[in-house]
Amino acid sequence: MNLSIRLAHLYPKLMNLYGDRGNIICLRHRCRARGIELTVDELDLGDRLDPQAYDLIFIGGGQDREQRRIVRDLIDVKGEAIRQAVEEGVAALAVCGGYQLFARYYRPAVGEDLPGLGIFDAHTEHPGEDVARCIGNVVADWDGGTLAGFENHGGRTYLGGGARPLATVRTGYGNNGVDKTEGAVYKNAYGTYLHGSLLPKNPRFADHVLRLALRRRYGEVELAPLDDALEEAAHAAAIRVATSR
Amino acid sequence: MSLRVVAAIAAGKLAGTASRAFGRGGGTALPGVVAEKVEPRLVERLAAQLGHGSIIVTGTNGKTTTAHMLSSVAAKAGYPPLHNRSGSNLMRGVATALLDSAGLLGRLSQAERRLGVFEVDEATLPEAVRAIKPRVLIFTNLFRDQLDRYGEVDSIAARWRSTLEAAPESRIAVLNADDPSVAALRESARGPVIFYGVDDRSAALAGPEHAADSRWCAGCGSEYVYDTLFYGHVGHWRCPGCEKSRPQPDVSATSIRLEPGGDTTLSVATPQGKTALSLRLSGLYNAYNALAALAGGLALGFDVETVRAGIEAVDAAFGRQERFEIDGRRVQVFLGKNPAGLNQVLRTIAAVPGEKRLLLLLNDDIADGRDVSWIWDADFELLADGAASTIVSGHRAEDMALRLKYAGFPSDLPVVRGTDEALALALRETPPGEQLFVLPTYTAMLEVRGLLAKRGGAAPYWEAPS
Repeated sequence: MNLSIRLAHLYPKLMNLYGDRGNIICLRHRCRARGIELTVDELDLGDRLDPQAYDLIFIGGGQDREQRRIVRDLIDVKGEAIRQAVEEGVAALAVCGGYQLFARYYRPAVGEDLPGLGIFDAHTEHPGEDVARCIGNVVADWDGGTLAGFENHGGRTYLGGGARPLATVRTGYGNNGVDKTEGAVYKNAYGTYLHGSLLPKNPRFADHVLRLALRRRYGEVELAPLDDALEEAAHAAAIRVATSR
Repeated sequence: MSLRVVAAIAAGKLAGTASRAFGRGGGTALPGVVAEKVEPRLVERLAAQLGHGSIIVTGTNGKTTTAHMLSSVAAKAGYPPLHNRSGSNLMRGVATALLDSAGLLGRLSQAERRLGVFEVDEATLPEAVRAIKPRVLIFTNLFRDQLDRYGEVDSIAARWRSTLEAAPESRIAVLNADDPSVAALRESARGPVIFYGVDDRSAALAGPEHAADSRWCAGCGSEYVYDTLFYGHVGHWRCPGCEKSRPQPDVSATSIRLEPGGDTTLSVATPQGKTALSLRLSGLYNAYNALAALAGGLALGFDVETVRAGIEAVDAAFGRQERFEIDGRRVQVFLGKNPAGLNQVLRTIAAVPGEKRLLLLLNDDIADGRDVSWIWDADFELLADGAASTIVSGHRAEDMALRLKYAGFPSDLPVVRGTDEALALALRETPPGEQLFVLPTYTAMLEVRGLLAKRGGAAPYWEAPS
């Protein structure tokens, strides 16, 4: 069977804080190695999203300025379609600033609240410009193993009863630096603070995302194993760095 | 001179001597740290003695090379430069440079003839400008760099604006016309502004790069339109929303000839007429550095011929295209520490004909930035096809090897622990007569440069001749 995945990359020019494109590069690589056809549609301001068309939605991080630029478009132009797609089981991965906007709202240090899509039952508050940002290497335990990455966010995210955390923090801040949670999961939508880039050096998580993306059209798919020696070495090195300093 | 200044200088000099004696590097920051503890206003007190004032260079990329050129210009003009040449560009580095030229009683040597040439970290700028009170302030470009350390690009731009808004009207701002976020500073400048830029469209990129940051007008929010894009977000820009556009540069390169891996020649129009520059440096980014230095030299009041001669006398600043000769192999070090700067390096190397031998060193110390995500924003794909041998090392060597694998390099690149071992292997992989390109991050550059100097006999960085 010829497998294919269609990915909607939201606001690639605006939401691309440090290395988020590494996630796309990684997905392309892991699909190509298995003969899965991956099509990436870049959806910018004004572009509509067809909720039936996509298997995977990706949004990266951005500065406060970029979050403000996209928030009305995200909610008014794409919001309903994204919510519908997620309800129907489409996979989604939202990193950092994108994660914050997939939750209920973001209350910045100064200025008005930014409303979010409410896909994750969670909200984010920035404790003030004089409070240190959450910056550093992160190691967190997830159902499928460990996640290793780098976080850099001012806002603290708190989960409500309707969202479960993606992972439990071993080293680093995660959602808020207090309750040891990192990220959020709702259906097949995942939010996380991890850059690094995340997917290249977390190959098991990358494959988990690919399996979710394939599930809607193809059911459970066995992914051919890849030679991940280098990926696992980078994963181990990131854990070593995070836990030794 | 106050007793406190004298005590601060004594303490700082002692710290520097001790640091060098115990082999802890060049002591390019420690003396300043110690001395500023004793007298926090040390930089202000010493800089005030500089008879010809100071010029400051800041920006994400190009600071060290531009300052190096200006230092050479000052020397040509007969004003002995006082220059933080080691690239140590926080307040402690500036303080150390001043200390090194101060006598024990707190007087700078040759004070009345001296010109201060300081490169200053973009986040440290407000503090440095308050203390140094420069005559001229050069802004090169603004890109994302070490987001874990500097914060977001917008906060740097805000610091620059407030620095200019607080400046006296006599201070001259030298601005890159081709970087919209730098050109926008003219609205904050209270004194004269000199723009520099590239008019020669033949140096343009075929398509946009990923590593662009200032894509949207700070005034009205529209996306900039480019007639010509040179790199990142640097080019001939205009805003379709509020009709702002690239200012016509006062100092402009009307033609640029980039010899692959070799010299760069420019024809430049200036307010003092046309001149030609021949640089012993490669790549478009060094053409921009030379234009910044040329505009800065003219802003200081030097004649164009002196400025030209000063810039042309410059060889590479340490670690920036610096050349070594090791056992018959040519070794060249290209510092790369953020996506935009590294892309310029990658393009410059890719333009050199023939197969390349590469040594890539990725560290994540504080001075490098702890976050290595940025390597995914740089276009290593540019070198994937031309690499005959590639060795990877540094604290985060595995991350680099993975990035290279996904850029199309072989997946079994040698990952070597220890810079010394990695360098030795890379030299063995380079046949005599051939060239090895070394691409380190900042702290890896200091280390590999020290090793190369040991093998090749070049001076350590704190003693490098100007």
